[in-house]
Amino acid sequence: MRGRLDVARGVSWRVLHMFFTNPAFLLPSLAFPLFFFTAFVGGLSRISQVPGFDFPTGYTAFQFVFVLLQSAAFAGVFTGFGIARDFESGFMRRLMLAAPNRSGILLGYVFSALVRWLTVAVVVTAVALLAQMNVGGNGVDLLGLYTLALLLNLAGALWATGVAMRLRTQQAAPVMQMPVFLLLFFAPVYVPLDLLKGWIHGVASVNPITPLLEAGRGFISGRPELRLVAFAIGVGLILGFAAWAVRGLRSAEAAG
Amino acid sequence: MSAALLQTAALGRRAVVRTARQPANIVFPLIFPMLLLAVNSGGLQAATRLPGFPTNSFLAFALAVPFVQGALLATINANVEFARDIQTGFLNRLALTPVRGIVLLLGQLGGLITIAVIQGVFYLVVGLAFGVRLASGVGGAFMLLVLEIVIALAFAALGSWAALRTGSTEAVQGLFPVFFVFLFLSSMNMPRNLIEADWFRLVATVNPVSYLVEAVRSLVIQGWNWEALGLGFASAGALGLIGFALSTHALYRRLERT
Repeated sequence: MRGRLDVARGVSWRVLHMFFTNPAFLLPSLAFPLFFFTAFVGGLSRISQVPGFDFPTGYTAFQFVFVLLQSAAFAGVFTGFGIARDFESGFMRRLMLAAPNRSGILLGYVFSALVRWLTVAVVVTAVALLAQMNVGGNGVDLLGLYTLALLLNLAGALWATGVAMRLRTQQAAPVMQMPVFLLLFFAPVYVPLDLLKGWIHGVASVNPITPLLEAGRGFISGRPELRLVAFAIGVGLILGFAAWAVRGLRSAEAAG
Repeated sequence: MSAALLQTAALGRRAVVRTARQPANIVFPLIFPMLLLAVNSGGLQAATRLPGFPTNSFLAFALAVPFVQGALLATINANVEFARDIQTGFLNRLALTPVRGIVLLLGQLGGLITIAVIQGVFYLVVGLAFGVRLASGVGGAFMLLVLEIVIALAFAALGSWAALRTGSTEAVQGLFPVFFVFLFLSSMNMPRNLIEADWFRLVATVNPVSYLVEAVRSLVIQGWNWEALGLGFASAGALGLIGFALSTHALYRRLERT
């Protein structure tokens, strides 16, 4: 156990040191969620006047939840990019030789994804509050919202780690990114689920991200809904992708 | 003159063949804009119920976006290859031959036109297959392709400038988020008169990409709106001229160093 934590600490320190000291890593992580927030809230706020759109705390809060969840998922995915880069540079091979407990490597990367997202979440939240976002939920509701995002962050990191461990090349970036992008955007991003019509309603209804998004919006508006379903999906995604990532690690070990 | 044309054609053909040999450079600019179109047209269909929205089909409204986005993606890919030519020394070796500098640039842009036309036809066919009917008719379809070429040339000229100025594939790839910001801060998802936030409407109004999107959109949902078309061609033309002037200057600076 001690060895695993030592490895995890070393790996996460290295990743976070690179993240905080290299603008090429830090800035895109911050810029993309802020950019989506700005573009959606600024460009689409009129859509809250569509008949049937009755989100109580306004369009800024409605979109903030999506951007928060999106930033969480992508902070995880970006960690996978770093793992692929470490494979290409040969660092991972040396790390695997040196680490007394290789599952600590996974733990370290996943922990660093969490810290990366927390940094982004602080900035995105500050910007949303500066943009006069209305918050209807109380402290417990908000804790629920951020916990949901945290679960998605861990799930995203484990998914991308599993891919990176199997493919071991930066060319795998679209494989890590595209499914997450599609899952996020085939949820009710712009309007509530009830206002979606046709095929997109069908897709969004079975999309596992939809309950997370709806629960998150329930938390911020102070009208919690689908809480248990959302947390169950979040935990299920983590368990599933943890198995995926561990098997990926074994695959990387077997490949030498 | 004929020698210059032959050289341009040869370099243009090389650009097309090189792209064709990398399926990711063809498939991604075709598929990604279609995915975004699917997401936005499904998710924002409810916006057509806003009073004053110009059509009852968001798919028709949003079909303009892939034309601009596809041109942008193709441009990035083409100029990454151009930057690679600089990095690998191909441009330097070519500069030792009788090929004129300007031909290098025209050949590069000529290759992109072929790709832009393929993309434009693909987006149009997908749109028609999903029930969009061009308000401007068959003539409008041809005009759409012409507009797509002009837009691609405008972006390509700016991308070539970045490639020639930096000689770095990473720097050209770094343009992607910048172009993407311009696209998202335009009237791509909402007509400018329906944008509620004053600051966003102002940004969209001074953003030339809005006029590119609106020109394409006018052919799809309005018919022959000469004002929108004129503004679209003028914006693309101005961007193209600026880009071409900058890239020509950068090209000669680079060749001087060779």
